[in-house]
Amino acid sequence: MLLDWGYVAVFAIVGAILAALPLLVIWLIAPRSAYPQKLETYESGVPTIGQAWSQFNVRYYLFSLVFVVFDVEIIYLYPWAVVARSGGALAFVEILIFLVILTLGLVYAWRKGALEWV
Amino acid sequence: MSGEAIAFYVLAAVTLGSGVVVVTSPNVVHSAVALVPTFLGVTGIYVLLSAEFVAVIQVLIYAGAITVLILFVIMLTEGGTGIRARQRNEQGAIGAAVAAAMAGLLIAVAVRTPWARLPGTLPTYTPGAIGQSFLGPNLLVFEGTSVVLLVSLVGAIVIARKEE
Amino acid sequence: MPWWLELIRAIVGTIILFTGVAVVAAMFGVLLERKISGWMQSRLGPKHVGPQGLLQTLADTLKLLQKENIVPHRADRAIFATAVIVVPLAALLDYVVIPFGTTRWGPLIFRDLNVGVVYFAATSSLVVVGILMAGWGSNNKYALLGGLRSAAQMVSYEIPMGLSLITVALMAGSLSTVTIVNAQAGLWYIVAQPVAFLVFLTAATAEVNRVPFDLVEAESELVAGYFSEYSGMRFALFQLGEYGEMFAMAGMAVTLFLGGWRGPVLPPVLWFVIKLYALIFVFMWVRWTYPRFRIDQLLNFSWKVLIPVSLLNLVATAFVVMVMHR
Repeated sequence: MLLDWGYVAVFAIVGAILAALPLLVIWLIAPRSAYPQKLETYESGVPTIGQAWSQFNVRYYLFSLVFVVFDVEIIYLYPWAVVARSGGALAFVEILIFLVILTLGLVYAWRKGALEWV
Repeated sequence: MSGEAIAFYVLAAVTLGSGVVVVTSPNVVHSAVALVPTFLGVTGIYVLLSAEFVAVIQVLIYAGAITVLILFVIMLTEGGTGIRARQRNEQGAIGAAVAAAMAGLLIAVAVRTPWARLPGTLPTYTPGAIGQSFLGPNLLVFEGTSVVLLVSLVGAIVIARKEE
Repeated sequence: MPWWLELIRAIVGTIILFTGVAVVAAMFGVLLERKISGWMQSRLGPKHVGPQGLLQTLADTLKLLQKENIVPHRADRAIFATAVIVVPLAALLDYVVIPFGTTRWGPLIFRDLNVGVVYFAATSSLVVVGILMAGWGSNNKYALLGGLRSAAQMVSYEIPMGLSLITVALMAGSLSTVTIVNAQAGLWYIVAQPVAFLVFLTAATAEVNRVPFDLVEAESELVAGYFSEYSGMRFALFQLGEYGEMFAMAGMAVTLFLGGWRGPVLPPVLWFVIKLYALIFVFMWVRWTYPRFRIDQLLNFSWKVLIPVSLLNLVATAFVVMVMHR
């Protein structure tokens, strides 16, 4: 098992190097003729006003909160899925209760309008 | 030094190194992004401990979901991303001393505790072992988790709705 | 095997997989996209470079290599530069667990992880971080809006995708992709799990930000979305990430639902490629068939249609599995 992950680690490291390789090539061969106007932020041809870094909608935060809860729910289902066939009725009832409770959460979020994008 | 030990030290260095960036960077977004290598380093340490399933969960939940949540939180705050946050103040020295004392204490405890070496083998297939424990001894924990998740979802919505 | 032999094997495997994805998925994928788009709109598409325009993307890549590398002066240089590596790397990490075929010595896969399916979900979720980094690092309003929308969309569709992955894992009783393919020896899961297949394919389209879920890169309003400010080779690397991710999603759909490399007469690898390109064709077909969603419709569709449907499907599957294995 450690060997498997050793392979994954090598893949990640060598992969990062390979992905960076074209950047090295352009650093060596690409032309350089930068002048201030070229380095301006693109804003459809008009001068840029202010920074893009500003306050954003709370919606994004709300969606990512609901997402994290459901993502955590899903990781509990993976180990269950592996053994469910040997678990018989117990496994089914167990998952039914689990999902019903979480569906309550989904219904709550729905009713409270947390899933609405206004 | 065995390969495993080398891997451990490299991973520990990655985790701690990017952890230092997280707490010292004056830019909040840099801190949030530096969390990713921290989480990935911890993932590697889980792998070394043969906790395969926990390792992928670490990537899925922490590196993939929590980081995104944190980035959204930063972008939600007013002017939070453009400004240079002050990460240090005049109490830095005291804080460092307390942290060093705490670290020393923890290391002393870890070194001096007579850890019991229990016989036994690790499960070769961790998702299956976790699943079996969900069906057996930890059945109530499994169901309890869904209640905890429900409560946290409701709580999150209540708090976030109030802000509007 | 001694450790250095394993190391060489891993490095060579990585290089082969990377080049393969860059050539087959990114370069050929872009060409295919243009050819199919042309065909669907009754025009010819690229025609001049090489026979039937086959070398068009190669020429484009060589052109991009010579382009100046512009970093806007307001951008956050460190994050701007790192995002370029994160996106393609996260996309390519998916390929570790995709079995391309089988040979006399066993299945043709980079590494058959015990937790393959979860690994796939985990690495594809890392793309979101890269996209947010690119959007924020550019300090461009289009890019940041594109990045934020993209992240909201990708996280929303990760849930239905995860649920359909679980449904398949439940059918096969394993998280390893090779075991899942072997479990489909009798019957492909597309027959047993049509709902999960459709959910997976829809979520995959959303995960790779393609039409009808492309409001992230909606040319008419957001220029190119999160990579608006990237030029030259950096732009090409984002394209590699996009197409790499799209082929990875299609490859995973083949593995999970279309029996992977299984098929009569033809060699296994060829079967895999045929199925892969059939799904790629579907992605491209959809692109010219459906109009773009609005963001509220898009999020509603995930949370109020796909997630409830896949939850019901999971419960129904669990019931059937219980009855069949009692």
